[in-house]
Amino acid sequence: MALAKRIIPCLDVDKGRVVKGVNFVGIRDAGDPVEIAKRYNDQGADEITFLDITASHEGRDTTVHMVEAIAEQVFIPLTVGGGIRELDDIRRMLNAGADKVSINSAAVYNPEFVKAASDKFGAQCIVVAIDAKQVGDNHWEIFTHGGRKPTGINAVEWAVKMAEFGAGEILLTSMDRDGVKSGFDLGVTRAIVDSVNIPVIASGGVGNLDHLVDGVKIGHADAVLAASIFHFGEYTVQQAKQHMAAAGIEMRLD
Amino acid sequence: MSSKLCAVIDYGMGNLHSAHGALQTVAPDTKVVVTSDAEVIRKADHVVLPGVGAIRDCMAEIRRQEIDQVVAEVRKTKPLLGICVGLQAMMERSEENGGVECMGLFPGEVKFFGNDLVENGEKLKVPHMGWNRVEQVAHPLWAGIADNSRFYFVHSYYVQAANVVQVKGRGHYGVDFAAAMGEDNVFAVQFHPEKSHNAGLALLKNFLAWDGQA
Repeated sequence: MALAKRIIPCLDVDKGRVVKGVNFVGIRDAGDPVEIAKRYNDQGADEITFLDITASHEGRDTTVHMVEAIAEQVFIPLTVGGGIRELDDIRRMLNAGADKVSINSAAVYNPEFVKAASDKFGAQCIVVAIDAKQVGDNHWEIFTHGGRKPTGINAVEWAVKMAEFGAGEILLTSMDRDGVKSGFDLGVTRAIVDSVNIPVIASGGVGNLDHLVDGVKIGHADAVLAASIFHFGEYTVQQAKQHMAAAGIEMRLD
Repeated sequence: MSSKLCAVIDYGMGNLHSAHGALQTVAPDTKVVVTSDAEVIRKADHVVLPGVGAIRDCMAEIRRQEIDQVVAEVRKTKPLLGICVGLQAMMERSEENGGVECMGLFPGEVKFFGNDLVENGEKLKVPHMGWNRVEQVAHPLWAGIADNSRFYFVHSYYVQAANVVQVKGRGHYGVDFAAAMGEDNVFAVQFHPEKSHNAGLALLKNFLAWDGQA
């Protein structure tokens, strides 16, 4: 099969700076989003995801300007997430140069929003982000508010429903693993990937390059997302791609 | 020498910043404009027909804004590049949205990948999303780009060409499909060159340097 698996560096951005927390708290500054996005583009990243974790409304305008600046310099697909609640938020991000938007809590509160968004802008630009936590054997639930608030929704069933509602892709983050560098939660990844007919991005927990390989080979993910292993210079994106290709995974190396 | 003009046709379907930005980046001396004005499009040296979203909506806007008439003129006189749904709109018809008549610049149809797409026993996801190889057929727009380079695709419908001579790039995802079509001064691609990093930028640069002679 010729379609390459994708590596997607993720920028968690707060008040105009790339940050990275452990289990969604304990923030560490990693630099300027535009510079970092450009660096990953040059290193051969397949896409870039920009997650705005700024709480305030004023911060949103900063985000729009940053997305514009990134889109001017980065010629690979760009996904923007964080605070996408209305069709106007989507329009604003697409107009700023995003190719896709990632919808998280708004989908949980109002699943019809995903339908409306997909009808309006096309499934190809609607990513539904799922934050899942293990609550029992082979049982994962959706959490909101950065992993603090349980919803009682079964993560696998939710993914299937979101695909039916018109999501073009799923960004699956394991809240147990996020920032702790012990590898993806392969159980929930595989359970969701094998249940839906849309691409799934695995996220949360990457601490070394073998974790990326496992995400694809064991978790069956179509794409793998990582942040801190790239931000602090442990690995370049190109090293990660070479490592995955050496493990027999189809990657874009040219 | 006055600078060249490239018109990116805006018929209200999606954001054209990326296409505009990429074209402007590869050709700083060319004036790249996003426009729906037929007069500007007629004056341009190079014309780009992009497109995203559903074909029914795209074709409805193309007809309502008489973009089809401008394209019919342009195809005879200057280099024209179709991108993604812009390519699909150039085919005869698409089976998306229950069947939609398109502009018919190329004979052939646009078909759904299907929900049961399989390759070597592995189920393939639809949309076809990500970086896939394109096997080139000699054309000036591939100059300097290695054969089988990867480009970024995102689509659920694919072009099945009726005239194989017009296929200028071959793609494969469960089925063989036309990743690029071309004849005379028209070239059209299913992938997004504006999102395909170096290979995509090289193709756009070749297009803006192209005189329309295959």
